[in-house]
Amino acid sequence: MSSPRIMWRKSLNYVMLTLTGVAAFAVVSVLFLILGYLIWNGGTSLSLNFFTQLPKPVGETGGGMANAIVGSLKLLFLAAVMGLPVGLLAGVYLAEFGGKTFSFIVRYTTDLLNGVPSIVIGIFAYSLVVLPVKHFSALAGGVALGIMVIPITVRSTEEFLRAVPGNMREAAMALGASKWKTIATVVLPAASGGILTGMLLALARVAGETAPLLFTAFGNRFWSQGWGQPIASLPVMIYTYAVAPYDDWHRQAWAAGLVLLALVLLSNLGARFILARSKAV
Amino acid sequence: MSAAATTIAHEVPPQAGPRAFLHRLRQGDEIAHLITLTFAAVILLLTSMLVYELWRNSHLSRTAFGWAFFWTKVWDPNFDNFGAAPFIYGTLVTSAVALVLAVPLGLASAIFLSELAPRNISDVISFLIDLLAAVPSVIYGLLGIFIVVPLMRTTLGPLLINTVGNLPYVGALFRGPNYGVGFLTAGIVLAIMVVPFIISVSREVLLTVPREQREAAMALGATRWESTWQVVVPWARTGIMGSVFLALARALGETMAVTMVIGNAAAIKASLLAPGDTIASTIANQFTEATGDLYLSSLIELGLVLFLITFILNGLARILIVATERGGGRPA
Repeated sequence: MSSPRIMWRKSLNYVMLTLTGVAAFAVVSVLFLILGYLIWNGGTSLSLNFFTQLPKPVGETGGGMANAIVGSLKLLFLAAVMGLPVGLLAGVYLAEFGGKTFSFIVRYTTDLLNGVPSIVIGIFAYSLVVLPVKHFSALAGGVALGIMVIPITVRSTEEFLRAVPGNMREAAMALGASKWKTIATVVLPAASGGILTGMLLALARVAGETAPLLFTAFGNRFWSQGWGQPIASLPVMIYTYAVAPYDDWHRQAWAAGLVLLALVLLSNLGARFILARSKAV
Repeated sequence: MSAAATTIAHEVPPQAGPRAFLHRLRQGDEIAHLITLTFAAVILLLTSMLVYELWRNSHLSRTAFGWAFFWTKVWDPNFDNFGAAPFIYGTLVTSAVALVLAVPLGLASAIFLSELAPRNISDVISFLIDLLAAVPSVIYGLLGIFIVVPLMRTTLGPLLINTVGNLPYVGALFRGPNYGVGFLTAGIVLAIMVVPFIISVSREVLLTVPREQREAAMALGATRWESTWQVVVPWARTGIMGSVFLALARALGETMAVTMVIGNAAAIKASLLAPGDTIASTIANQFTEATGDLYLSSLIELGLVLFLITFILNGLARILIVATERGGGRPA
């Protein structure tokens, strides 16, 4: 009935379409593979000690990474304090005040900064903070992560501010509110769900960064002595423990990997949850 | 509320001139404008300082080696002789391997998500793929060390050597000792890391292709695949190219995962199974150990090179994506 040519075209159709499905399935299965492997390997090595104890010296089994967990939180705190306000206010500028040329330059530079490899940001923070005082510090790590937080926050803030309907602004101004009062009391609250999501995603992204911390925050096998001293962090611990030749360290690396991944994925899910709820309202 | 309303009734804002400025200043508008402007300027300042610091701190290395830095094949900290050629080679090779694997896989998945899958299934899968993009690179490195490297050493490596390795020309890429770590392993891990970016950008671009294009092709008797491959994909090709550029920029700058599986050897080898180093992995590995000033300066110059490469690629990618979204990527 149908010619060989039609048969060929039809079978090519089925084969290629099936292949695209297989490809999509393969990519998604990688996520489950990663999750499964981490839960399998990390879960068996995870114990209460992991969260409460300091790392043990080489040769002794056991111990934990309490200092690295606290260290990561401290670094994130520094990054949030330094990066988020800059990102938020620059985002407000771009969405509400910006002129044409200057905004274009700022937007382009933000994208550029976002694309800079994290290891290069590390070198930058090293020359800014570590070189002048000649030693590694938590502050330097915070600066590196803070710089990385800025571009992500700027773009999401701008995007969500722009999504606020113009008639809300007009209504506020018609009631006599000045421009900044409109922004502060009407526009920002309306966009707050989205802006918060963007900030959370930005912090989730830098929480897993290792490269910029290697030679800024460095690492520490004990509790950090202050903001001016080297500090441990989960990602750097995972790296050091994974490349070390000890089996016990490998187990600890898996446990740390599981904790870090859980932290990052949960904040991603949380961010989306906030966004979905703020949209529904 | 009522206070604001009464004020406005009495006080008519002047149209222009210094009094208008003072009026807006009193209302806080100018102050808010200036504050936000300052923070926007901070971004420009930070980025210029980044470039300046890289330039300034690589001064020693730039004066010592000049342009020869780019083609010198020796990296010898003991004799203070530094050349970037092995690392530029390693960066290009691993990224090329990553793209060869990731582009077909990513494009196929994007086609499935935009053309075939029902919208709600497509959205769920895209969400999962976005999560994949959020996985920290050190975790990919961890899995690389303990899954991909052993797999390469025991199964995949020997398989490639015994099959493709015997072919003329291509075979040279798969010969020699197989350690498990090397360019190919790094390329595979990189491919897994950049695939989510190719998929999410390509899917967005494919979804912007007008329905009529598909309908017209189908009405002419094309099969679904023919309409997709000969009409939809060419329409979106500029944007797809943009997604590939973005992926490439990421692959070039990726540090941790590569550092953990590439084997760390400053050598240019034809075989993909040989250990090597990339620009980023060299910086990560050696920065804290750099003892001499020239050593540190050379590593910072590597950082400068990496910055410039990704700067150019990101610019190109953005232009391509914007071009597709505006002009529909119509073939000229």
